[in-house]
Amino acid sequence: MGNSQRRFTTGLGIVGVSVLALTGCVGDMEEQGGDEADCSVYEEYGTFEGAEVSVFGSILDLEADLLNESWADFEECTGISIAYEGTSEFEEQVNVRAQGGNAPDLAFFPQPGLLSALVEQGHVIPAAESVEANADEFWSEDWKTYGTVDGEFYAAPLMASIKGYVWYSPSFFTENGYEAPTTLDEMDELTAQIAADGTTPWCVGFGSGSATGWPGTDWLEDYVLRLHGPEVYDQWVNHEIPFNDPQIVEAMDRVGDIIKNPDYVNGGFGDISTITSTDFGDAGLPILDGECALHHQASFYAGFWPEGTTIAEDGDVYAFLTPQESADGELAVTGGGEFVGAFRESEEITAVQTFLATDTWANNRVSLGGVVSANNGVDPANAEESGQLLVDAIALLQNPDTTFRFDGSDLMPGAVGANSFWSALVDWVSGDDTETVLKRVEDNWN
Amino acid sequence: MTSLDLLGKFLQFATGLLVFAIVVALILFLLDRGAKAERTSLQLGLFLGPALALLGIGLIYPAIRTSFLAFTDRAGEFNGWDNFVWMFTQDQALITLLNTFVWIFLVPIISTTIGLVYAVLIDKSRGEKYFKMLVFMPMAISFVGAGIIWRFMYAYRSANYEQYGLVNQIIVSLGGEPQQILQSWPGNTLALIVVMIWIQTGFAMTVLSAAIKGVPAEQLEAAELDGASAYQRFLQVTIPGIRSSLVVVVTTIMIATLKIFDVVRTMTAGNFNTSVVANEMYTQAFRAGEPGRGAALALILFVMVTPIVVYNVRVLMKQRQIR
Repeated sequence: MGNSQRRFTTGLGIVGVSVLALTGCVGDMEEQGGDEADCSVYEEYGTFEGAEVSVFGSILDLEADLLNESWADFEECTGISIAYEGTSEFEEQVNVRAQGGNAPDLAFFPQPGLLSALVEQGHVIPAAESVEANADEFWSEDWKTYGTVDGEFYAAPLMASIKGYVWYSPSFFTENGYEAPTTLDEMDELTAQIAADGTTPWCVGFGSGSATGWPGTDWLEDYVLRLHGPEVYDQWVNHEIPFNDPQIVEAMDRVGDIIKNPDYVNGGFGDISTITSTDFGDAGLPILDGECALHHQASFYAGFWPEGTTIAEDGDVYAFLTPQESADGELAVTGGGEFVGAFRESEEITAVQTFLATDTWANNRVSLGGVVSANNGVDPANAEESGQLLVDAIALLQNPDTTFRFDGSDLMPGAVGANSFWSALVDWVSGDDTETVLKRVEDNWN
Repeated sequence: MTSLDLLGKFLQFATGLLVFAIVVALILFLLDRGAKAERTSLQLGLFLGPALALLGIGLIYPAIRTSFLAFTDRAGEFNGWDNFVWMFTQDQALITLLNTFVWIFLVPIISTTIGLVYAVLIDKSRGEKYFKMLVFMPMAISFVGAGIIWRFMYAYRSANYEQYGLVNQIIVSLGGEPQQILQSWPGNTLALIVVMIWIQTGFAMTVLSAAIKGVPAEQLEAAELDGASAYQRFLQVTIPGIRSSLVVVVTTIMIATLKIFDVVRTMTAGNFNTSVVANEMYTQAFRAGEPGRGAALALILFVMVTPIVVYNVRVLMKQRQIR
């Protein structure tokens, strides 16, 4: 056997072995699936042989696993396999992929502003009738509007979160005789009281990689809504009043009274400058060590506490909503959510999009824990396993008397809501004054 | 996916490779059979053709499209010079341009100087190999990796906590207050520039060290006989002898610096006034959803690189004429 010939047969051998090894793995994968699902619920979607739908979103790790679990039965019964891919740089990557002609079938847009930008560029296609029917049935008019661009409906909501919770330690509160405030003034008094008693009241973190600054936008939006009401909030978000309107300046200064006061921040981390260098996920943790008492962050922060932390009114941590300006004012909250937009049209994509807009899916996902939904068909009791807080949050979202406003920065154009607004807060915390940074955002809004 | 699918894909791939090999073989075979006289021009065309076609698709077309994009707004409508007006009137955008100039001024000069001095100092010393390796190693680390390493170097905890960033630990053990190195301008931009210098010095050192060894020993001896001091010999003989290498090193580092993106992206993401053109280009085009502004920044970057490339080419051409 010549030298070259031997080399050839060795190569062939290696290829053969690796093909065998690979196919072996695939064979094993086929075996999985577990218990039989009840397929009668999924009959309406029809059956597809070997269809695959790619989904792109910003949901990662454990939460992504739960997503996959939430639609496992649907996949099994319809034969559509949903390939979910999550990234921490969704806002950039979805643009990169859409402009590069490499768009996924579906994307979970966390920002209506980003959705409408991609609609305007002609990438996202209008939702099918079945999707719109579900949106009409299960969501309020407001929520449907967020997925609508220029009167055309594109994307149904997926999950939701309520922003503006203030996390605290119930035991620390009882030991010191503190009570959850019912007005903004009371919250200021409580802050001053805690500081006077020798604890740094707040811990704040705006760090989030290339998105650093966004937690600050939540603070400002909460205060604008509570101090000036939903009308001014809408005008501000839609740019009918300038970004640096005196009312907005007032709201931001009010936030500044707390988080730019060196006596009030930054418990467990250091001085004010640590706000921008502290990652938002770590920011609330010093509450557990008694280094600070209060932390402003959305309902999803429930998932950021270390394993074993009990979230309950008598547990390790709990949260109250950022109070209204006056105790008897109507309940107004800000919040966020994802929207399922399609880049392509096909029966299986529509089937998935339709399914994700149903109460069936929403209940599936809420039962798995950790999230809430504004879907009217969700039974709040399904969230019980995740604690009373999320049960209340769902009830709050479903209550028609609640004034709900979507996170403002997510509705603004990307150049503002995902860029200059964020950097304005970074500059503001680093020392620039309110008028200067708000003016900078206004100048950037073309 | 079933095993059969996988096997199918594998066969598809193998077939593709086989077809490619056959086509290439066929072209070479035909070329070889052509008449001798035609051969050179035909060969030139056939060999250059694919490369030129790819260059057109991958470089020229995108360049033209970017130029058009630079004059459009978010929705793709023509908006004249608006994007350029924005670039030169927004204080944030101006800082980005200023930072970029600071980068391309400092990085090539400092890393070339350090690299040159180091190369001279270790030249013909005993452990030359090892000394070279030490400085060259950062070159082998990706920019993103370097960014992450240095983010830890600069990490900050407030004074009453244990520091885990090396730089702040040193400051604290000397009795100082820990500093938020990456947060205040212009100190933070300088701190980022240090990272780039750390990476590029090795490159400068390796190329220059080789060039120094190429300076004829006779010239140096002659200068010594004429009574020139070591410093004079370095300045009058060595430096002119390695001039072309110096130009190549400086311009290469300059171009690399102009395009710097990864270090800024991983360490500050352009926050705290540290942004540079390449980072801002990406942020505007993809995060802010303003492809027009991104394209305008890309054009500016292109305009800034061009003179350096032209100079580089001219120096190389002159060198060839002398030979």
